Amino acid sequence: MAVRFTLNGRDVAFDGDASMPLLWYLRDYAGLAGTRFGCGVGACGACTVHIDERATRSCSRAMSTLDGREVRTIEGLAQGETLHPVQQAWLDEDVPQCGYCQAGQIMAAAALLSRTPSPSDEEINGLTNLCRCGTYPKIRKALHRAAALLREEKAP
Amino acid sequence: MTSMDRRGFIRTSSTALGGLWVGHYVRQYPADGAAALAPVQLTAFVRIDPAGSIVVGARGCEIGQGVRTSLPMLVVEELDVPWSMVRVEQLPYALDAAPQPPGVRPRYGSQGAGGSTSIPDGWDDLRQAGAKARWMLREAAARRWSSQASVLKTGDGAVRHPDGRRASYGELAADAANIAPPDVVQLKTPSEFRLLGTRVPTVDARDIVTGRARYGIDATTEGVLIAVIERCPWFEGGISSVDDSATRRVAGVVDVVRISGHAPGEDIRHNLAAGVAVVARDTWSAILGRRALRVEWTRGPWASDSTRALQQRAAAQLQGTGTVVRQDGNFAEAAASGARTIEAQYTVPMLAHAPMEPPGCFVELGPQRARIVASVQSPGDVSRIVAELTGLPRLSIDIELPRSGGGFGRRLRSDYVAEAVKIAQQVRRPVKLIWTREDDLAHDFYRPFGMHGLSAVVDTSGRVTGWRHHVAATPRPRRDPGMREAPAWTGTCDPDAYPAGAVANYESRFSPVEFGMAPGWWRAPLHTFGAFATESFIDEVATATRRDPVALRLDLIGAAREQPYRDHGGPVFHSGRLAHVLQEAARLIAWNSPTPAGRGRGIACHFTFGGYAAHALEVSVVNGSVRIHRCICVADVGQVVNLAGLEAQLSGGTIDGLSTALRLEVTWANGRVQQRNFPDYPLMRLREAPDVEVHVVQSTRAPAGAGEMGIPSALPALTNAIHAATGKRIRTLPIGDQLRTGG
Repeated sequence: MAVRFTLNGRDVAFDGDASMPLLWYLRDYAGLAGTRFGCGVGACGACTVHIDERATRSCSRAMSTLDGREVRTIEGLAQGETLHPVQQAWLDEDVPQCGYCQAGQIMAAAALLSRTPSPSDEEINGLTNLCRCGTYPKIRKALHRAAALLREEKAP
Repeated sequence: MTSMDRRGFIRTSSTALGGLWVGHYVRQYPADGAAALAPVQLTAFVRIDPAGSIVVGARGCEIGQGVRTSLPMLVVEELDVPWSMVRVEQLPYALDAAPQPPGVRPRYGSQGAGGSTSIPDGWDDLRQAGAKARWMLREAAARRWSSQASVLKTGDGAVRHPDGRRASYGELAADAANIAPPDVVQLKTPSEFRLLGTRVPTVDARDIVTGRARYGIDATTEGVLIAVIERCPWFEGGISSVDDSATRRVAGVVDVVRISGHAPGEDIRHNLAAGVAVVARDTWSAILGRRALRVEWTRGPWASDSTRALQQRAAAQLQGTGTVVRQDGNFAEAAASGARTIEAQYTVPMLAHAPMEPPGCFVELGPQRARIVASVQSPGDVSRIVAELTGLPRLSIDIELPRSGGGFGRRLRSDYVAEAVKIAQQVRRPVKLIWTREDDLAHDFYRPFGMHGLSAVVDTSGRVTGWRHHVAATPRPRRDPGMREAPAWTGTCDPDAYPAGAVANYESRFSPVEFGMAPGWWRAPLHTFGAFATESFIDEVATATRRDPVALRLDLIGAAREQPYRDHGGPVFHSGRLAHVLQEAARLIAWNSPTPAGRGRGIACHFTFGGYAAHALEVSVVNGSVRIHRCICVADVGQVVNLAGLEAQLSGGTIDGLSTALRLEVTWANGRVQQRNFPDYPLMRLREAPDVEVHVVQSTRAPAGAGEMGIPSALPALTNAIHAATGKRIRTLPIGDQLRTGG
């Protein structure tokens, strides 16, 4: 039985090994390499995607669990050439160093802000994605900037 | 100057310029006749198309240190065009044939990433590359206008005549390509810089935030097979038997092949360990196939060893005399005649590099050519290794340099490239080797382990008259073919580091401690290893002699002078520059003002690879947990290239240092690594990371590279601050649970 779900807004079906983590499906079969492998045990967050708008570590989510779900990856976050406010804030603050973890950081931040438009420091500290380069101070600044951008967008 | 035909141009440039550039590309892009509309290569690093777009080559390995931005900035400053007009293009690792052994030479100069050398290495040749291109364009305009080149101005992507005539670089490029520049072109003076010293954002930032940036792990091709390797978990062990019957039944598994390792004790020229590779149609099948393997290993000579036993051996060695590495005056006599001798011991653990992108390599082998795409720091070694394993000439090996998901020194070794080649040779298909995080933590070239015994002799007036630093460490050169000639103390003993040279009776000693691992370079290697001990001990001496830690440091740094420094980052160490960053850090944290209740301040400074850094921290400790209230980093790197990149490196380096001090170590029991994945190797997360206040000293001295100097003094500044806050002296890293009650 194929697993059917939407991937960045498109209907897809998968009839391979249902135990395969979503991460490896994205990278090996869907051609979406922006989602990154870091640990395989859900500890680092480099593979963070959205499933039904919630930040999820795709290395620890089997394909069998995706039927009927809505999956969004970093490649599907912008609206065409218009960046998502979190992406824009990441650019404005020049967050990336090696950049490898940043897709996961951005997906985690975007999910946080969609639920919590004005996060407290404590809520921001709840983001546990690892950055080996130590870009955390800029991530913190970019998150606040993104929150402000999102509030502007929503203001009438 | 006379015009030359193209052949003359090529000959002249390849002899006069040491062969780095120009000729190759002129052949590729003829600038005459019908081809005049094609892009024109002016120097190896500058290409201009007639429509005016300017492409600048980035030659380095981008591991997060920012060289894809900073190295092109050196070219662009001298090319004298606005940064916004430039597109940066990654260059591959490239060699040209050369008459002298080894028969090849690097086309683009230095391309590796190690020792913070990218900026100093590029300071002359990359600025010359830009300046020569500008010279050629200006000369082309001068000839077109029958004018003196010296009256022509540049600055906005065009050459301008005082009378108002103007020709864009694009219009001039074809003519310029036929003009040979002199060997050395006059460069700008620092006061003329418009780009260097400014903040330039990361060139790939948009690709990174949209998921389009490509790293080594992303390389792929039609029909590529994915490989993972089960490696022998014991140092210098091997394969006894393999039962792959269950593996071969896993859907998607294509093949199972053996990878040989080096003999025990032999230099690690290729891959680190023997193993069994499972090759599959996709990563998940390869991982499942590996889980189904049944391998019996020969356990090698270190199978019962442990970190605990290693620590005991090191402690015993510290009781001995070791070998003398440096001796000024007579420490023993000073100790006999001094008022008091203060002693302390410090321990630093082994560390893993743990780059966010684990090692891995894509390889395509043909009968005539090889293509390698991998995240690496030492492409020259990659080239030599692939040539050795395949028998192909080095000129037939194509090495692409994608972005790397961090490096930290791990990718200075190209063992994973050797593995991928060995697999591809057996399966005869393109192969992408994937390392899991478990593979990475279990099979690293770890940072050496060491114990430091420090002794200071103080006279009745409190003056330090003698200093001894005895290092007992796992020797860094062990099994490293790049360190065959290096003395055993290289990489763990820093005999020229301050206070050497300022204390009359100074002694540096070393004792080797046996352990089975093959060590590696870990970001600011010698310096993260040693600064913790020296800078902690200075604080202990200050406490014992009731001196102010800043004042005592200034005494030990001594008068402003240049003194010889033989290790990497020399040939001189300027004590005045170190004193200055220390004083700046003290000023910025208001060192002499009262500390808020419950908090403590700590300070430290260090000289790393030609740069000077100091950290000052203010911390409190609650329920055994450290909270960092302020964290200041001051650095003097000489001339700043990219201020944004420099600040990022200093801030990130500081956080790397703090993260390492707090919880990171790699340990062994029964000959096996005990850390499996990030839960056992807990890097700092957002919650704990302080905002680092970075201050950069203005300078026009030739620049040092800044990718590593942000780390060393961060660790002792933290532990010194903890001591000030709590009275607890941390002498063993990591801090771990030592601050818990009774810890």
